[in-house]
Amino acid sequence: MKIVTGNDLVTGDVTWWTGKGWSRHVADAVDVGADGEHIAHVEEAALRVNGPVVIDGLMTEAGPVPAHIKDRIRAAGPTVRTDLSIRPDFQIEKA
Amino acid sequence: MYKYDEYDQAVVDARVEEFRDQVRRRISGEMTEDQFKPLRLMNGLYLQLHAYMLRVAIPYGTLSGRQMHMLAHIARKYDKDYGHFTTRQNIQYNWIKLSDAPDILAELATVEMHAIQTSGNCIRNISADQYAGAAADEIEDPRPYAELLRQWSTFHPEFSYLPRKFKIAVIAADEDRAAMKLHDIGLQIVRNDAGEVGFRLYAGGGMGRTPMIAPVIRDFLPKADLLSYVEACLRVYNRFGRRDNIYKARIKILVHEIGRDEYARQVEEEFLHTKTLGLDAPEAEFQRIAALFAPPPFETGLPDEIDRSDPDFAIWVDQQVVAHKAPGYAIVNISLKPTIGIPGDASSAQIDLMADLATEYSFDEMRVTHAQNIVLPHVKKADLYTIWQKLDAAGLATPNLDLIGDIIACPGLDYCALANARSIPLAQKIAARFADLDRQRDLGELKLKISGCINACGHHHAGHIGILGVDRKGEENYQLLFGGSGAEDTSLAKIVGPGFSEDGVVDAIETAVNVYTSLRADGERFVDTYRRVGEKPFKEAIYG
Repeated sequence: MKIVTGNDLVTGDVTWWTGKGWSRHVADAVDVGADGEHIAHVEEAALRVNGPVVIDGLMTEAGPVPAHIKDRIRAAGPTVRTDLSIRPDFQIEKA
Repeated sequence: MYKYDEYDQAVVDARVEEFRDQVRRRISGEMTEDQFKPLRLMNGLYLQLHAYMLRVAIPYGTLSGRQMHMLAHIARKYDKDYGHFTTRQNIQYNWIKLSDAPDILAELATVEMHAIQTSGNCIRNISADQYAGAAADEIEDPRPYAELLRQWSTFHPEFSYLPRKFKIAVIAADEDRAAMKLHDIGLQIVRNDAGEVGFRLYAGGGMGRTPMIAPVIRDFLPKADLLSYVEACLRVYNRFGRRDNIYKARIKILVHEIGRDEYARQVEEEFLHTKTLGLDAPEAEFQRIAALFAPPPFETGLPDEIDRSDPDFAIWVDQQVVAHKAPGYAIVNISLKPTIGIPGDASSAQIDLMADLATEYSFDEMRVTHAQNIVLPHVKKADLYTIWQKLDAAGLATPNLDLIGDIIACPGLDYCALANARSIPLAQKIAARFADLDRQRDLGELKLKISGCINACGHHHAGHIGILGVDRKGEENYQLLFGGSGAEDTSLAKIVGPGFSEDGVVDAIETAVNVYTSLRADGERFVDTYRRVGEKPFKEAIYG
């Protein structure tokens, strides 16, 4: 699956495209198929996201998960400060 | 310590307001990210994995208690209650909101701090020996010269768009505590045969993708020529440094490609011109700066003896306390490397405590080291026990300076957008494996440095043991290097063999350490044994 992710322009928070807007939770991400670049362009122009990129994802029982470890860490927060994580239970190592 | 004059303050205040307007225009959509990015980077604001990251400059690593309290305040008010001290003697905050950035810079400006030139292809924060002004072995305090270079380089119009970033370090002792030869320009204050004090200038060193040790360009440079000569060094680099390939744009590539002699010849030729431009500071201006770094009013007649009856305190003294040039005083190293901590991280409460200790016991002064620790430079020996007790209660008294537990680690893939692998969890696993302080002390000086990518912010090339994190088909992998040093015996570590998983590299280090203990001669450090016997016994033991 293809996922669109970026950062909130003002707060810098990691955000994920839900099909209707942006969520801080990767579990809300949707498969954008071939529309990712278009969505990224429109949303960035509207200042609703900063630096959007289309990444590979996997659909798991727990919901969408980024394929690459860098994006999984983005989804969960620093692995060495799980107290700051938005998803402390998120399994970084599982792809 | 240096105090801003009206010009310094006006420059910093004006920059804050300029950036405030730039942020407003970005948030309102008047500027695109492509337009805004170079502007925010000029103010130390990066966009990292999880949020914006602000890097605050700490010139030559020197801070007052008031400034340190401000760093704690920013951590508390604008971030997640902690900061990360870096290998450039700076501090980084990992969770900054773009909308808060102008207010943060405004608050920093009230204590004579800023984030200018902590990013971009300009002359970065000038680093220096963390024991400057206190070390028993220094010729003179190098910081007035570092400050002179800071003023000269701030907003230097000719050097704001160099081929690549440019780092300068200044030291004043034979013992190199600032990795001086691994900088674009390294300056060592020396005394020549006539007894005059000047600089030995090195250029073309660096780590990163292509590590190189800087050769000597000028064996003796009179003090009065410092700025005009450094200007010449920069001009030659700015003119001929490569701009076609970011990986070949640092001065080290230029010096390597044209050769040390040709680079030095061109610098000398340029210097004939720059010396005529009136670039060097008038003596009165230099003396104004130097006076601000005058030694504090040390008391005389203080006892040199330390009551070592508390064994834990005695161990801490042996490991963390260094000789001071003034009788009755000592230099205290505060470890930011608790056994299972994050190298360089400190909470706002810890930052406040260190500030209080500096104010009460160290003439209101402290230093950040490139090894991500903090120094109280001027402490009465009679106060050491009290300081130790307070540090210990705050988790800041781990006695591991320069031991295997004193690991330098970049933020790595936990925070950094450029990283390929995590550094901090690996540092924690290694620290846990070698948690026994008696064992660490038996192993002696063993500098272990971890970078999460080839950019080498964790100085892995300069580690007695270095670790480089790489991405191997989407998985974190770690290359092991041996034999580096950033000290006066500067050398570049070499890759031992194929890389490892995170657990595998910890086992490999343990194996290497066991080889060292089986082969070491009296007084030999890990790196000494490695240099004497070569890589073969280490490689055989690790790879079979």
